Amino acid sequence: MSPIAITVIGHDRPGIIAETTRVLADLGVNLEDSTMTRLRGHFAMMLICSGAVSADEVERALAGLAADGTLRVSAREVAAEEPLAEAGRPYLLTVHGGDRLGIVAALTRAVADAGGNITDLTTRLSGELYVVVAEVDLPAGTDPDRLGTELKQVSRELDVDVTFGPQEADVL
Amino acid sequence: MSVRDWSERELGVQGRVLDVVRAPHPVLSSASRSVDPADPRVIQLAADLVATMRVSPGCVGLAGCQVGADLHMFSVDVTGHPKTRTSHGTFVLCNARVVEATRKEKAREGCMSVPDLTGDVKRATRLTVTGQLPGSGEDVTVETDAFEARALLHEIDHCDGFLFLDRVAGAHALYPRKTYL
Repeated sequence: MSPIAITVIGHDRPGIIAETTRVLADLGVNLEDSTMTRLRGHFAMMLICSGAVSADEVERALAGLAADGTLRVSAREVAAEEPLAEAGRPYLLTVHGGDRLGIVAALTRAVADAGGNITDLTTRLSGELYVVVAEVDLPAGTDPDRLGTELKQVSRELDVDVTFGPQEADVL
Repeated sequence: MSVRDWSERELGVQGRVLDVVRAPHPVLSSASRSVDPADPRVIQLAADLVATMRVSPGCVGLAGCQVGADLHMFSVDVTGHPKTRTSHGTFVLCNARVVEATRKEKAREGCMSVPDLTGDVKRATRLTVTGQLPGSGEDVTVETDAFEARALLHEIDHCDGFLFLDRVAGAHALYPRKTYL
């Protein structure tokens, strides 16, 4: 069977994870990679699962969660993905400044144009302050200094501060 | 005079409680100017930083730029904090520079200028810093560790125009600040 991508998003309350994962376990669906967090008060879950059932069966089984209208649930079959043979070198991009439209669009365009692949990205809006933290894989042969210079140029146009450097990982 | 023996009484002026600047504000994003430790404005700001730090709950350090002054100086006092090992009490350093920083450890930190977020940041836990005391201008060296090292590095970063947001350890290392009532 294809992996199933499940999303649950809506009003936060205690028990959403417990109820969702109970339904999946009872269906024999194994929860593999997932991320679950609160986004401006909404609870958001993204799960990749495997099991001998269809996405439609999963969605029907989870329908009870959405019955009161405060949560939205979806389940879709997705293609199995192989891990990339070469992940590239990891870099961390952090951005902060006054909130305005297009910060993520402009900076991620610069990363994409350099061949960089964003593997994880978090944004937080805190009053007027907008913060972006992104993990970027750069393929071998990409010049990180050149991308850093480009990101600085884009950040000046957006009037935000940007830091771009190797992602530190200590092997202990 | 050793840093441990210093107190704000040496300044001979009354500190005022100032408003703390919050991000995004340009003064937090640019390197502060070197100061003359004997300049009366620097002496007054040293007293103001200590006074403002003292009335701010949980505050263990405050840099000039955090009260809107782009001057390379900060106050620190980690006395009584549970993560403190070595402590030099209350002190203010002008034009501080890191001489040696080793044994990095990751910990979650916040900032009065970024009141609603925290982040995991790796910082050295063994640290040697040089600077000058406000007023006398005496050159001093501070050798410290643990939480005082983290506080010093956080404040020196402010003087260089960096926030903890610039040092956060990864995309999942940024958090809404928990407020405990």
